[in-house]
Amino acid sequence: MRHIISILLENEAGALSRVSGLFSARGYNIESLTVAPTNDPTLSRMTIVTHGSDQIIEQIVKQLNKLVDVVKLQDLTEGAHIERELMLVKVRAVDTAREEVKRLVDIFRGRIIDVTNATYTLELTGTVEKLDAFVKALELTEIIEVARSGVTGIARDDRALNV
Amino acid sequence: MELTGADIVVRCLRDEGIQYIFGYPGGAALHIYDSLYKQDDVKHILVRHEQGAAHAADGYARATGKPGVVLVTSGPGITNAVTGIATAYMDSTPMVVLSAQVPTHLIGDDAFQEVDAVGITRPCVKHNFLVKDVNDLVPTLKKAFYIACSGRPGPVLVDIPKDVTAEKTEYIYPSSITMRSYAPVAKGHPKQIKRAVNLLLNAKRPIIYTGGGVVLADAADSLIKLVRQLGYPCTNTLMGLGSYPAEDPLFLGMLGMHGTYEANMAMHDCDVMLAIGARFDDRITGDLAKFAPHARIIHIDIDPSSIGKNVKVEIPIVGDAKLVVDDLNAELNKRDAVPDPEALKRWWKQIDEWRSINCLSYDRNSDLIKPQFVIEQLYEASGGNALVTSDVGQHQMWAAQFYGFNKTRRWINSGGLGTMGFGLPAAMGVQLAHPDELVTCVTGEASITMCIQELSTCKQYDLPIKIVNLNNRYMGMVRQWQEFFYDRRYSNSYMDALPDFVLLAESFGHVGMRIEKPGDVRDALNEALSVKDRLVFMDFVTDQTENVYPMIAAGKGHNEMHLSPGNGDTPQKRELA
Ligand SMILES: Cc1ncc(C[n+]2csc(CCOP(=O)(O)OP(=O)(O)O)c2C)c(N)n1
Repeated sequence: MRHIISILLENEAGALSRVSGLFSARGYNIESLTVAPTNDPTLSRMTIVTHGSDQIIEQIVKQLNKLVDVVKLQDLTEGAHIERELMLVKVRAVDTAREEVKRLVDIFRGRIIDVTNATYTLELTGTVEKLDAFVKALELTEIIEVARSGVTGIARDDRALNV
Repeated sequence: MELTGADIVVRCLRDEGIQYIFGYPGGAALHIYDSLYKQDDVKHILVRHEQGAAHAADGYARATGKPGVVLVTSGPGITNAVTGIATAYMDSTPMVVLSAQVPTHLIGDDAFQEVDAVGITRPCVKHNFLVKDVNDLVPTLKKAFYIACSGRPGPVLVDIPKDVTAEKTEYIYPSSITMRSYAPVAKGHPKQIKRAVNLLLNAKRPIIYTGGGVVLADAADSLIKLVRQLGYPCTNTLMGLGSYPAEDPLFLGMLGMHGTYEANMAMHDCDVMLAIGARFDDRITGDLAKFAPHARIIHIDIDPSSIGKNVKVEIPIVGDAKLVVDDLNAELNKRDAVPDPEALKRWWKQIDEWRSINCLSYDRNSDLIKPQFVIEQLYEASGGNALVTSDVGQHQMWAAQFYGFNKTRRWINSGGLGTMGFGLPAAMGVQLAHPDELVTCVTGEASITMCIQELSTCKQYDLPIKIVNLNNRYMGMVRQWQEFFYDRRYSNSYMDALPDFVLLAESFGHVGMRIEKPGDVRDALNEALSVKDRLVFMDFVTDQTENVYPMIAAGKGHNEMHLSPGNGDTPQKRELA
């Protein structure tokens, strides 16, 4: 099962490598990992997308909680939640492709954020599936490069990850 | 008053009540060594190799329950200590390692004797810190001791750049510290305690299986009360020996790969298992698919990640072993119910049948010295009162099987990492902690060679350790596996060109003895133990072909043990009727 785990951790040098080191040392899988400071600059918030059986996810959660830098943790996938990923795509846009790509971007509610004679740079946010679908829809277009942020997320309702 | 960082380090140690630190100097550590020179509250023990420092601090900590402290220089100083740190980590020893680092402005420049100490040690410490500002030094050291000693203990490294030890700041040592990200649970959940007692009272074939957590929590007295109150059989892991008195009839001996027949069979057949401070390590469980197929399991551990990691647990209880077992005892006292006496009688009858196989028997008529005999004689000569460290190999298993430990913190060995070279330096820490007690190191000729340089440290500090070298001229444990599983191809497991250990011991200023005949074993031991003020190195020339039995081979179940040739040497597989 796919799980999205959100972690509040001390904004200390080395905290990130403790988490990533744990995943590699114990052979857990990481699909994506994002991290940035929160509104409280002493805390960072990290979002990890991982896969595993219930038993492995239980171990991942326990091992993460055991790290001294981890203040709090939440498995977002245990309840209703919102997940988003940001993607930037640079495509070749000449002749008919210019109109074609623009239409696609509108359908996916993305934006064109930079333009040259021969290229567009596109911005899109959404779930992983939506971004994947967009990349697939660009099939006939020449993609020059793709940059994706990895997933971040937040729980719906009153559930919150704070101190 | 303003103090330098170096003085602050030493004052913190003093104010933590640290009596000994184990270390080795070098450039980046020189300010700290200068501060040590100017005081005598904290005594520095100069080892001969930084691995020895870490093992000695580890031995000290295991024998006392107090944190062991290590001081090493940057670069090769800390890399040499890593094996010792990993050893302490695997066995959950409370330890604080202070490593000097190159000055902050040189960090990252590949400076002389620079290594990323925090990076190198990260996977084998409970936590680590790099102190970049002298004002962070006191809170960091306070946190280091707090983290090392609380919850599931473990080593904590504090890396201190040289310039930080030269800068000055005000010194005030806090009496305690709290951390928002770290607050280990100590009390078990009351509902889980009740559920556990219900299950225990309904058991027909119970077993209590306990590990190093009982030692670390000083919970042996509580455990003894629980076991006697229930009348249930108890077995200890290699790390837990001494938690339940070996001489007590309710004790089944050690379990696991080289555990007793009765302990392993009882584990296999039990219907209720109470695991306390044990972590279902692969050397204990054998093949997980065949592990205790009928058991409903209660697991007490201070580390939630140990619970449910390898086996499915019905009643998990997170908490300190002593507090939880005390709560179990209190809850049992409130109940009128008692365990089913008929079922228990049947269970003990079965266990006694297994016991009657006498799985630890060995050939007592040999002309060669049997290693088991040496340990038995050591037990008798020392009245069972020695503190015993060991190295890793066959001798370690024989010491565990044949020296009956009746108290905790007297059997000190590297169980988790299995580090050859541990025994002698660990014995130094143990002897410093208990200057008037008998400390012995049971070792093999291969293991002792790995940290032999520490004989020099023993001389400097007059540590009268008694070394029992079971010299079979083989890496016996490796040879045993090659005999069983590699068709007797003894690839690189023999020890050619061994030193003359008697001369070697004497050259270090100690007493050396060589013992070659079974009839001389006891007299030699008596003689050696009567030497109170000197280290004695006893080199016992033992039977080269002896193997450790019983044995559960990798991938086998508890009911598929190899017994010794005298017992038929066939894997005895038995299904539960
Ligand atoms: C540092 C280290 N290297 C290798 C091993 C693997 N190993 C385990 S037991 C053993 C042989 C030990 O021989 P010895 O000390 O003579 O003891 P014996 O088994 O003969 O009693 C070896 C090489 C180890 N445990 N530790």
